[in-house]
Amino acid sequence: MKYTLSVSVENQPGVLSKVSGLFSRRGFNIDSLAVGETEDPAISCITIVVDGDEHIVEQVEKQLNKVIQVIKVRNLTEHGNFLSCELALIKVSCNHKQRTEIMQIAGAMRAKVVDVATNSITLQIAADSERIEALTNLLRPYGIKESICTGTIAMERGVIKAKK
Amino acid sequence: MISGAEIMVKCLQNEGVTMAFGYPGAVICPFYDELLKTEIRHILVRSEQNAAHAASGYARTSGKPGVCIATSGPGATNLITGLAGAYMDSIPMIAITGQVNSELLGRDVFQEADITGACESFTKHSYLVKRTEDLPRVFKEAFHIATTGRPGPVLIDVPVDVQEKQIEEFVYPEEASILGYKPKTKGHEMQIKKALEVISKAKRPVICCGGGVVLAGAREEMIRFATKSGIPMVSTMMGIGVVPMDSDIYLGMIGSHGKPYANKAMNNADVIILCGARVGDRAVSSPDILEARATIIHIDIDPAEIGKNMRADVPIVGDIQGVLQSLGDQCERVDCDNWRVTVSEWKKSYVSTGVPREDFVEPRSFITDLSGMMEEEAILCADVGQNQIWAARNFNVKEGRFLTSGGMGVMGYALPAAIGAKLAKPHRQVVAVCGDGSFQMQMCELATACQHGVVVKLIIMENGKLGMVREVQDKKFGGRQTAVDLSGDPDFVKLVEAYGIKALRAHNNAEARVLAKEMLDCEGSCVLVCNVDPKTPTL
Repeated sequence: MKYTLSVSVENQPGVLSKVSGLFSRRGFNIDSLAVGETEDPAISCITIVVDGDEHIVEQVEKQLNKVIQVIKVRNLTEHGNFLSCELALIKVSCNHKQRTEIMQIAGAMRAKVVDVATNSITLQIAADSERIEALTNLLRPYGIKESICTGTIAMERGVIKAKK
Repeated sequence: MISGAEIMVKCLQNEGVTMAFGYPGAVICPFYDELLKTEIRHILVRSEQNAAHAASGYARTSGKPGVCIATSGPGATNLITGLAGAYMDSIPMIAITGQVNSELLGRDVFQEADITGACESFTKHSYLVKRTEDLPRVFKEAFHIATTGRPGPVLIDVPVDVQEKQIEEFVYPEEASILGYKPKTKGHEMQIKKALEVISKAKRPVICCGGGVVLAGAREEMIRFATKSGIPMVSTMMGIGVVPMDSDIYLGMIGSHGKPYANKAMNNADVIILCGARVGDRAVSSPDILEARATIIHIDIDPAEIGKNMRADVPIVGDIQGVLQSLGDQCERVDCDNWRVTVSEWKKSYVSTGVPREDFVEPRSFITDLSGMMEEEAILCADVGQNQIWAARNFNVKEGRFLTSGGMGVMGYALPAAIGAKLAKPHRQVVAVCGDGSFQMQMCELATACQHGVVVKLIIMENGKLGMVREVQDKKFGGRQTAVDLSGDPDFVKLVEAYGIKALRAHNNAEARVLAKEMLDCEGSCVLVCNVDPKTPTL
């Protein structure tokens, strides 16, 4: 099973290498890892998707907590309600006849056209991995020249209070 | 104005450091120059690895963090094995290394090594200090991290220009404040209650005492809990010495080299109380079997140890001293007389291995003799290999200590650790035991002992082989002995004498007894070489 962990760390050099080193050293399988600044520039957030069972993910959390610069580890999958997305760029080969078709697919899948060239068109999509995969599958028949995807970033959903 | 080097030394003074073990080099010279002006005693070792081992022996005996120093590049990389050993055995330690000029970092200049990178998995934390202004905070944090929670080594790498730079003033922080480091020290009351409930219903309970109990200085609390509850106790190798071997409450060491009846008690228990023990493979070879048979109560200050190697039914995260205090306060004598009788009968019926010989010194029998001759508070440092197991199984630690490289199993640990231990407690008797293989990894430290007037007694079990590997080859590789023969060794007596140290050789047990007494009684350092039959088994 895949678990999404959100790890806040002190924004210092070497932290990422400590965290990623820990995964290889302890033999944990990492599906994706994305790191970036948060609203507080002193704190970065590392989103990690781990593949493993409950026991493994518990160890991952505990070992992460041992890293001195790790401030907090949140297991988003365990807590349920969270948003997550990846960003993908997909360059598809196309001639001028196919261009409209692809643009229609992009529209339907809520992807953006970010580059148009003589023999290719590049789409950008920010979505969960399932929708990105669906788009990729739709584009495959045209011939994917190049595609690249970031790791998952994730965040807990806010709370909606119902009005009485 | 004050230089970075002076700040570093002042930080050490502020932390109450009175002794450091090290080996200088070019880029740590500014620091050494300042160290010279202080009362801090510097012990020059003969190889950096031994600076870390000596600091480990010092830390374990004094209860204060050990400090070791090396220069950049090879000096720093030589430290790694010592740091790795300290990390595995959770020894509080500060390692200070010099580093090349910060502007040259990453250009592969002379004696440059990315030591913080290399030590990532062997230290509790590490710092590469880029600004002189950061030094006081870094030192404060480093000492805090090394000595709190689960102790461990912390590395501080300081480029030479950071040591040389002058800044306005030195202010040592009152306390360390690290956002992500707040070790939990008090065991949860509810969990302790749960544990007491499980314990009260136990029919065949066993306490497994690990190195955490020794590190936490929780000896009294452990004895009180075990005595009051009447639960039989076993220990891991790192937990040796919490209670004397012949104590009624103690069965013995568990594990692949442990006492069979101690393992039998673990295997037959219905409740196992793990106290500061990390369920290492040498102590518990099949945790799954114990999991299936017993309810496991696991007490450890490091939450990551709980559930790592064995499932825990009642996890208690916290300082073992406080938890054992609570358990001791609240527990009642467990109703399990039959079990107590059974395990003590197992212990009584065990026949010790090794009988005195006339053609060789039988090491197991000799260690038993030696044990009887030593002072109550004596410290025994055992190296790694057969000698370690002979010592662990047959040496009775009374009020003293048993020091060995448990987790990492570093050969060459005993002598430098003994030097560190003796310097920490000069009035205690300190004896080191090693083999002829491990002796040659550390013999250079005899010079350290001579130079600094450290009185150590060393026993070399000479069997001309790497005995433990030989045994593995005999058992698992059809007796094909490869690379275990040590012929070519010098005459150790002559070699030791060349240092101006008294050296003796025993050819049989009767002689060994007499010479051991002579060794212990003589005023200065002394080395006793024992001729051991290369066929002697470990167990």
